[in-house]
Amino acid sequence: MDNKVEDSTQEDVKGIAGPEVVSRARWKYLDNFLTRPGPFTDPEAFDPGEAAIAGLERNKILVIGAGGLGCEILKNLALSGFKDIHVIDMDTIDVSNLNRQFLFRAADVGSYKAEVAAKFVEKRVKGVKITPYCGKIQDKDEDYYMQFGMIVCGLDSIEARRWINATLVGMVDETNPDSMKPLIDGGTEGFKGQARVVLPSMTSCIECQLDMHAPRAAVPLCTLATIPRQPQHCIEWAHIIAWEEHRKDDTLDTDDPEHITWLYQRALSRAKEFNIEGVTYSMTQGVVKNIIPAIASTNAIVAASCCNEAFKIATNTNPFLGYPEKDNYMMYTGDDSVYTYTFEHQKKDDCPVCGSGNIARPLTINPNTTLQDFIDGLAERPEAQLKNPAIRTGEKSLWMQLASLQEQLRPNLDKKMTELVEEGEELTITDKSFPTQFKYKVVFSK
Amino acid sequence: MADLPPPVQGPTAKEKKYDRQLRLWGANGQIALENAHILLLNSGPGVVGIETLKNLVLPGIGNFTIQDSSIVSDADLGVNFFLEEEHLGGYRAELACNLLKELNPDVDGHFITEPIETWLLNPDALRPYTLILATAPLRPEILARLSDHASAASVPLFHIHSVGFYSHFSVHLPPAYPIVDTHPDLETTQDLRLLQPWPELVHFAQEKTANIDSMAPEDHGHIPYIALLVHFLEEWKKSHAGKVPENYKEKTEFRTMVSKAARTNNPEGGEENFDEAVAAVLKSLNPPQPSSAVKEVFKTKECLLVREDSPSFWVIANAIGLFYTKYNVLPVPGSVPDMKARSADYIQLQNVYKSKARKDLAEVVESVRFLERNANRTTVIDEKDIEAFCKNAAHIKLVRGRPFLVVLPSEKIKWGDRAKTIAQSLTFPDSLIPLYIAFLAWDKFTATHEKDGLGGAPHVPGTSDPDTDATKLTGIAFTIADDLVKEAGASIDKDEYAAIKTQIGEFANELVRAGGAELHNIGALTGGMVSQEVIKVITEQYVPVDNTCVFDGIRSKSMVINV
Ligand SMILES: [Zn+2]
Repeated sequence: MDNKVEDSTQEDVKGIAGPEVVSRARWKYLDNFLTRPGPFTDPEAFDPGEAAIAGLERNKILVIGAGGLGCEILKNLALSGFKDIHVIDMDTIDVSNLNRQFLFRAADVGSYKAEVAAKFVEKRVKGVKITPYCGKIQDKDEDYYMQFGMIVCGLDSIEARRWINATLVGMVDETNPDSMKPLIDGGTEGFKGQARVVLPSMTSCIECQLDMHAPRAAVPLCTLATIPRQPQHCIEWAHIIAWEEHRKDDTLDTDDPEHITWLYQRALSRAKEFNIEGVTYSMTQGVVKNIIPAIASTNAIVAASCCNEAFKIATNTNPFLGYPEKDNYMMYTGDDSVYTYTFEHQKKDDCPVCGSGNIARPLTINPNTTLQDFIDGLAERPEAQLKNPAIRTGEKSLWMQLASLQEQLRPNLDKKMTELVEEGEELTITDKSFPTQFKYKVVFSK
Repeated sequence: MADLPPPVQGPTAKEKKYDRQLRLWGANGQIALENAHILLLNSGPGVVGIETLKNLVLPGIGNFTIQDSSIVSDADLGVNFFLEEEHLGGYRAELACNLLKELNPDVDGHFITEPIETWLLNPDALRPYTLILATAPLRPEILARLSDHASAASVPLFHIHSVGFYSHFSVHLPPAYPIVDTHPDLETTQDLRLLQPWPELVHFAQEKTANIDSMAPEDHGHIPYIALLVHFLEEWKKSHAGKVPENYKEKTEFRTMVSKAARTNNPEGGEENFDEAVAAVLKSLNPPQPSSAVKEVFKTKECLLVREDSPSFWVIANAIGLFYTKYNVLPVPGSVPDMKARSADYIQLQNVYKSKARKDLAEVVESVRFLERNANRTTVIDEKDIEAFCKNAAHIKLVRGRPFLVVLPSEKIKWGDRAKTIAQSLTFPDSLIPLYIAFLAWDKFTATHEKDGLGGAPHVPGTSDPDTDATKLTGIAFTIADDLVKEAGASIDKDEYAAIKTQIGEFANELVRAGGAELHNIGALTGGMVSQEVIKVITEQYVPVDNTCVFDGIRSKSMVINV
């Protein structure tokens, strides 16, 4: 590769923003849309020509995640005319990423995704600047997020989505329209996926939609310990119980083949003991790492849908998803023919993140459950999904996450919920993973 | 540690790389992909075709070939990710092929730069390929030639448009395209035969529910719910003249009966196994009747007349059809959902289902062997294939592939037996048939306009004179719509039809605005959709689109139309 040639090109393209006008021959196709109005363009919002082009190039955009969706998103945004793209991802490249994360090669295994992806797209699409950050989104503060015009998420973690959502909603200052950063989020599983647009504080947010992505119910511990029936039960037993018993001092690393092999063998012998068939190495890996099947095609669909919305929002070349009181959510199902369902998810008044006031959500509790059961169940309840909750009533703390304070509260764990709270009482729950207070109103079932 | 099994063979390098997809289509699907050779006939900006290939190279198709005679231009660099600056002036097919090959060393890529018109003169040109992707704009006589080849050689053919914010694809599948492994959603479709239990299942239920009233709490709370339902159904029959609950009202009554039998005087205030039984009543107490689509398969001519060279699907379908005629049910699939139960009881129940499934399978295998002998077939169908068919017999699918519409310059479009249905769905809210009509008009425009009369590249609407082209394209689209309504003999309310025409006009205008341009996002999105379809077609798993799909990237909606 001739570096000199590359450098001079880079300068030429950068010149676009300056007084020097370079040829837009490369953007011939894109310019048909940036310079021509269409039957659906809003004449108040869309100013075809120079203004539309400049608006797009000024839009600094953040991509969260450089995995299956992230690779596609970076490519798509670069070829949609965005010039200043940032990307955050803390992960390094694994060999199992190569079947879909097309910016990575076998030689890149072990390197940071954000760095490799940024470099690759910068090299391929001349004139785009991509700034990687290899770390967590939680490392960054509001000042950092405030610099962007928009955020596109391609994440596989619901926790990270909730965090960025809460952060962006929290940043909205009604007197400053620039503080409202559109959030575009995609997710996939197998042949299915979804793309959605959130205008923080204005339209339904990720937290409003939380119950649409209910976690899979965990198998009760007593089933694992005493009455396994499925191969997965034997694997979970090896994972949760046998490892604790035999290898307490080793931290389980689900990427370590020796560890997986150990779990697999334990699971296999337990399955044999109970005449259960079907434990395999691949299933062991799947259960322990909670692997979700993923393919390039679905990532392509969902990422492109997200970027299509980002492009429309940045340019007003056509109406976009997420406009208040319009559709903001598209579901895609590709396993049985093709089916898309595009609709408006309604903002919820009692949303703990974007709700109008501090309205407590009703939370139905079985009166016989203990505080311990209640805490354990909170991670799975579709409307809560909190793994490390601290819980207090108006008067007292029922449970805290700080180890030094837990000692004193431990007796609460075995008490029934009816002994601790009254019907209609408000519970405030916090979780260190989220900058949000969750308020619930206790409703005892039956 | 002494009782641990011997050290395991970890996954192979290939299994590691393809782990996330093998969990979907398994080793068989992967082999099918590796045996495929896909031909892309690329034209226009050429993004959607390349993006489709990207999504097929990554999961490891065997071979691909790109036919494209265009030269890399500046405009390509702004829209196609698989071309680089130093490629300006080179052959697009060759350079994109090289960059695609980098994605996966297991895949072989080839290219053809000869113009399609001359390349296709060779009668064997299309022979090596197992699936063909053709992107618009293509001259109608070429598309017609491809369509003839697809029919004659039973090779799946895709025709794809990606124009601005809109896209379309149609697939021409062989006339009988059956799928066994449709991957149904097991939670909603399990067939447990509770209304027609066989003796072993009844016996199991009796054994587990004997002395149910005096049972110790631990035992009572661990009766598998299937045993509970079979037990309470027997109770119900006693007071209902031997009949099972048949309608919604009776099922609800039955559900209450089960619910009341749960013990509540325990710390949990209820029993999980009874909760499961109650929850299963409405979805599991259905007569095990196959769907009409499945029954239809048994009546098709291919199924009724098994020949020496019939695909094995039809031989097995015939055998299962015989089974159905004899017993009025399909073979028992044999799987049981997880439920609250003791390990040994659950395994016992599983075995009751498994051995019934084996028995049914044995009967089907016997019929298959008989048919094989009768038809003088030389190859023996693998019992594994018969087993897979029996397991999924209720969910098999037969797609009747057919040619898609090819718009010819001087002929009216013939909708044939689809005219009525399509004309009717024109008026549905959110119908995208107006968009499909606009695409047909786009093809007609392209077929009747040539760039400077050079006879080479087709002239797509909106490249130089959008206003004139918009008027023309809208006019063509209106004629197509009028002809459709006429052919269907449909009567549509005047105002309604005016509204539909407004929509057609808007779609046509937006297509003209593109001036033949692809937007990378829509090319990538459509490439994702098409590659999903290609994977489904090659692996013969899941259910493919039958046979046309349009996508509206402005409203982010799609529609599948059977044309
Ligand atoms: Zn909200």
